[in-house]
Amino acid sequence: MSSFPKNAKVVVIGAGIVGNCMVYHLAKLGWNNMVLLDKGPLPNPGGSTGHASNFLFTVDHSKEMTLLTLDSVKQYKELGVFTQSGGIEVARTPERMEELRRRMTSSKSWGIESFLLSPKEVKQLAPFVNEEIILGGFHTPSVGVVDSLRAGTLMREYCMEKDVLTISSNTEVLDMVVKDGAISQVVTSRGTIDTEFAIICCGVWSPRIAKMAGANIPLTPAVHQMISVGPLSLFENTVGEIEYPIVRDMDTFCYERQNGSEMEVGSYAHRPILHEPDDIPSIEESSLSPTELPFTEEDFDPQLEQALELMPELLGEEQAGIRYAINGLLSLTPDGFPLLGETVEVKNLWSAAAVWIKEGPGIGRMVAEWMTNGYSEIDPHHSDISRFYDYAKSKTHINARTSEAFNKTYGIVHPREQWSSNRNIRISPFYFRQKELGAVFFETAGWERPQWYESNQGLLEEYGDRVNKRPHEWDARWWSPIINAEHLVLRERVAMVDLTAFAIFDISGPGALDYIQHMTVNQMNVKVGNAVYTPLLTPDGGFKADLTIMRTGEQSFRIVTGGGDGGRDKKWFIDHLPKDNSVHFMDCTSSLCTIGVWGPLARKMVQSVTEDDLSNEAFRFGTAKEIRIGGMKIWALRISYVGELGWELYVSTDQGLKLWDTLWEAGQNYGIVPAGIGVYGTTGRIEKGYRLMGAELESEYNPIEAGLARRKVKKADFIGKQAYMKARKEDPTAILCTLSVDDHTSSSGIKRFMQGNEPILNLDGKGLVDGEGRRSYVTTAGASPSTGKYLLMAYLPVEYAKPGTKLLVYYMAESYPVTVEIAGSKPYFDPDDSRIKS
Amino acid sequence: MILAIIEHNQGTLNHQSLEILSLAKSIDRVEVAIVGENGRSICNGLGKYGVEVAHLLLHNELVDYAPAAWAKSIIQLAHSIKPDVILAIGSERGNEILAHIAAQLNLPMAANCTKIQIKENNCLVTRIRWGGSLLEEAVLKSATYLLTIAQHLYTVKGELEESAVKISEWNVDLEDQDFVGKVVDNLAPEEGKVILTDAHVVVGGGRGVGSKEGFHSLDELAELLGGAVGCSRVVTNHGWRPHADQVGQTGARVAPDLYIACGISGAIQHWVGCKSSKKIIVINTDAEAPIVSKADYAIIGDLHKIIPAINKALKQAND
Amino acid sequence: MNILVCIKRVPSPGTRIVLSEDKQEIVTKNLGFTISPHEECAIEEAIRVKEKFGGTVTVLTLGGSLASEQLRYAMAMGADEAILLQTDGKEWDPMATSNAISDAVKSKDFDLLLFGNESADYGGYQVAIRVAYALNHHCLTGVKSIEIDEGQITAGREAFGGMEIFKIPLPAVVSLKEGINLPRYPSLPGRMRAKRKQIEIIEPIKLPGGIETKQFVSPPELGSHVEILGHGVEAVPKLLSIIKELGFIHK
Repeated sequence: MSSFPKNAKVVVIGAGIVGNCMVYHLAKLGWNNMVLLDKGPLPNPGGSTGHASNFLFTVDHSKEMTLLTLDSVKQYKELGVFTQSGGIEVARTPERMEELRRRMTSSKSWGIESFLLSPKEVKQLAPFVNEEIILGGFHTPSVGVVDSLRAGTLMREYCMEKDVLTISSNTEVLDMVVKDGAISQVVTSRGTIDTEFAIICCGVWSPRIAKMAGANIPLTPAVHQMISVGPLSLFENTVGEIEYPIVRDMDTFCYERQNGSEMEVGSYAHRPILHEPDDIPSIEESSLSPTELPFTEEDFDPQLEQALELMPELLGEEQAGIRYAINGLLSLTPDGFPLLGETVEVKNLWSAAAVWIKEGPGIGRMVAEWMTNGYSEIDPHHSDISRFYDYAKSKTHINARTSEAFNKTYGIVHPREQWSSNRNIRISPFYFRQKELGAVFFETAGWERPQWYESNQGLLEEYGDRVNKRPHEWDARWWSPIINAEHLVLRERVAMVDLTAFAIFDISGPGALDYIQHMTVNQMNVKVGNAVYTPLLTPDGGFKADLTIMRTGEQSFRIVTGGGDGGRDKKWFIDHLPKDNSVHFMDCTSSLCTIGVWGPLARKMVQSVTEDDLSNEAFRFGTAKEIRIGGMKIWALRISYVGELGWELYVSTDQGLKLWDTLWEAGQNYGIVPAGIGVYGTTGRIEKGYRLMGAELESEYNPIEAGLARRKVKKADFIGKQAYMKARKEDPTAILCTLSVDDHTSSSGIKRFMQGNEPILNLDGKGLVDGEGRRSYVTTAGASPSTGKYLLMAYLPVEYAKPGTKLLVYYMAESYPVTVEIAGSKPYFDPDDSRIKS
Repeated sequence: MILAIIEHNQGTLNHQSLEILSLAKSIDRVEVAIVGENGRSICNGLGKYGVEVAHLLLHNELVDYAPAAWAKSIIQLAHSIKPDVILAIGSERGNEILAHIAAQLNLPMAANCTKIQIKENNCLVTRIRWGGSLLEEAVLKSATYLLTIAQHLYTVKGELEESAVKISEWNVDLEDQDFVGKVVDNLAPEEGKVILTDAHVVVGGGRGVGSKEGFHSLDELAELLGGAVGCSRVVTNHGWRPHADQVGQTGARVAPDLYIACGISGAIQHWVGCKSSKKIIVINTDAEAPIVSKADYAIIGDLHKIIPAINKALKQAND
Repeated sequence: MNILVCIKRVPSPGTRIVLSEDKQEIVTKNLGFTISPHEECAIEEAIRVKEKFGGTVTVLTLGGSLASEQLRYAMAMGADEAILLQTDGKEWDPMATSNAISDAVKSKDFDLLLFGNESADYGGYQVAIRVAYALNHHCLTGVKSIEIDEGQITAGREAFGGMEIFKIPLPAVVSLKEGINLPRYPSLPGRMRAKRKQIEIIEPIKLPGGIETKQFVSPPELGSHVEILGHGVEAVPKLLSIIKELGFIHK
């Protein structure tokens, strides 16, 4: 046996599918001196990879997860470990049929071939299905199964051939040593390794390993039950592993997957059974393996009956037995997405956890690229571990959310659906006033934000037909027409919006200007008091963030970004702070609260409570200054994400309630209403063509394509500049456009309203794909109450990105005519920005 | 006094039953019981194991093994000589006879002890559980302590001078009923087959052998070394070998001079069946398999390549 | 032919058995529970006999309420009825156990009572024999083959590399060993049927036994002294010289 390594460039902990994919892709990117550890034996160290059912369904509503899965399929195919079987999701209820139609939408958006099937057609493909109890199916031919253990072996072999990897199985990590905030040593049962990087790929054990370093990987091990029944006579002649499509019985949260002569039946329907990472038994103490826990029959019994109901003859065979039954452990996270990226707490300590077999290779590539270049081809936006604030990493939160989420694994989850557990984590000082006003709260980053106010119900009558209604329950779920009415008040009178969820960072010090210049695309060397909206780019010129930065002093800046992006942006800023301590970073989020006051009457109204001059001449658009309202020191910023005259008013949190009450009282003379995030986040911005990070803005597109390029480029160097300059010289292949829906009427006569993520088709019904292979889909959909139109934003290939072009949008398996209104960033409503600048 | 049951079959001594003698002698004076006229032939030979008194239990029908009758005979002897302990080896027959005695007398019995301590009012025993993966310390309360001793634990000491054994004969009183459960026929082992539990060399095969055919080279190796082939539970579950070849908690306990474990990972259920082997050589692809660390020697590699190479070399050496 | 099969719920340990701090029990928190392997074969054999001769198969266990899981498993395999001698779940010694079983079944007229040769965990090698004496039945142990014909059971067990054959009349008590058959897995319909079946619950009287467990002890762990001879066929010459040293090469 070769001696145990003393040092390494990177130690990868965990040799399940993720760890193997990590070393494989790092090796491809030129890394060497890597060590791969696992406390178990190889090739099956006893984690979730060893017992997973190993199938992958390609269609997901999330673009990010779908792209990762498609990349994984491609890689599994290259390794020769993929067997295509096709997969059918069957519906037993009308509601599920609607969900299957929605899946058709997603499959078209991400370019995956899928079909809706009648019960008869389902039976043709899967003859063992009882077609009498189903209403239809959603068939994806590209679904398949993989040999994940074999894939891991091949990936390790690749690294061994390149001589860049030492593998040490049966090696337990005992401690993680951190020095100066960065990982420096991994202490194992075989010795200590000095290392520059470490990656935690330990699945259900990840939190335990992270904790050793003082880092936090917020996941919980949870049970997924599975049995295997066989040998089945129908499968007698099956050559290889699988002959029939995998069936997902969506309404019972079960799947049935052929494995040779047996059928595996798995369930996500039982009560959530959570475990503690420290309580997982050791290999020696386990009956089967540490992640194959004893089967609890009573939890599975209802599923057994449902499975029998769906496949009575096949599973009812008396000669076939239940040959294997486990409570398998898998990882659940508070929001269902993986936990990827460098940990917030420890430099050079990376997390690649909560990853399913279906995403493993894609995620391996993504994280390897990210570690190597600082960015990745697929945007890790929703998977970035830094998205979680501290509260979200607590056991209380993890357990509450994962328990709630578990039965949503196959659930019908509305894109706006709200969590019910562990709410009210962060509330603004206005919370109780808002409650009195009947606010319906949506959560962002733990903050409770009013989406609309039931107290504005009366406005519906006031505005009558100008407020569009949504007749279909799905379209109207987690939504209210009141939003559109609030919008109209904001455009016609004045409205106040709670913006306390903003993340606010103050930057100061002698190096502040250079630092901010380095971070941002737009010119930051502006007059003190000026505010600049700017993108932040990744090194390859894709979007990392978009936010507003104020110059608050010669050597100080204030950064304001969305609450949902605050965690990621904060890490990005902190990661790039100069080493010489010339810049000081302070997170002021909790010390300030914010109210936006906007509308044609906003100036008059705010002026009524302040002695400071708010005239257009004295207080220009895009500037910030301190004013006094009711004796309180207010930091006022004249800016608007809804394209309207007004200010964001910042005050220290303790005085927030007083500010709210003062404005509210003053507003009564102007017909003020509170407006929710429904206006701020969608209707207000979409008709103004304002972009949203994570929707329109993502690392796949650059500022030119997004229509955010300024005429001039600043001299100062900044992250992504080279790529940005290059992109400026080239003709863009796609342009972000605003489209309007010409006719909402569906075949059943009901008007339908798109919700986002729908594919844009040409008039022949073909999906649009740009020169770089990127598909056109709706990045945001929403009403424009000011114009009475329903708008969609989408990147379109340049040849279609012309006002007046007629296209189709595909929603719930039907096409609707649309027209391109705007190509680029010009607002659809108030194109000259006269309101905002008035 | 300890009454130790020495097993024989039709006059052939079960050498293993002698394992109990050294332990018994360390506790108290020992006399042995031998059942049946055809056991007479082994009495004299017991001198060199330190046996001074052998009780020979006689009855016309005590020929073929019949556990109930065997037990009743010993009980009759015990009534007369009043031993404190009746001891047998924890073999199939040993445990069976003692259990019959226990049932007939309605006294407790402790099977497969590894240690015995006689106290004033009770007896402390350590006995094996889980086939030997776990030990239990227990207290036995009884007029006569009925115990068996775990196999392969104590070595048979035969270094003493041959000395005369005093044979005391007892005619026992038995009924037809006692002989209902008796051996009526014997199916001989396969011609020339080395008996697994007697073999000096056992070549064990596990999951790594991969198939029924995979055992050919193991059979050949066993034959070259004059040994027998054993296997793990997975192998019999797959039907690659008959269950009679299974070594482990629910199969045979073997204690050969050499155990060659091929493609066996070494689950405890298997380990307890082979751990008494004097030397263990492991051939396994996984250097980290549990059995490797417990072995004396190991070759890391594919048994399908290594065993044929050994066989070839052995054939050359034998030529 | 009415058959009783006595089974026991036992944990299914990994490669290391973990003891509680007070050494009074095995830590089973993460372990599954199963039926001792010999007994699983006994259930299978009983079902086969029933399939051949008709009758019923009743499974019985003594244990805590959770032991019903094993009874249901047996019924899912094909047993018809089940009896739970329900205790507080603590271990009963073999005398107390066999007394409880004999008491419970003496009025039930079983033709054949099957046991496992010994339980996986306790390994007392006596319960079947004690029950046989209590019921005044004949008894055989360690059996690896049975044939039933005209009120008589012919049983074989391994001995001296071959088999020794016994013949006893029914009713009889027979303890079986693994290898007599390959037990079936319960089918899905079997599971559903078993779920709906009643289990007869009897609260047995515990008579004083004769063995009292004081504590459990893990056997001493042997330090590894393995010598790795090498990798692949290159290590064969080394191995050969060791075999030779040990005296197994004749010439």
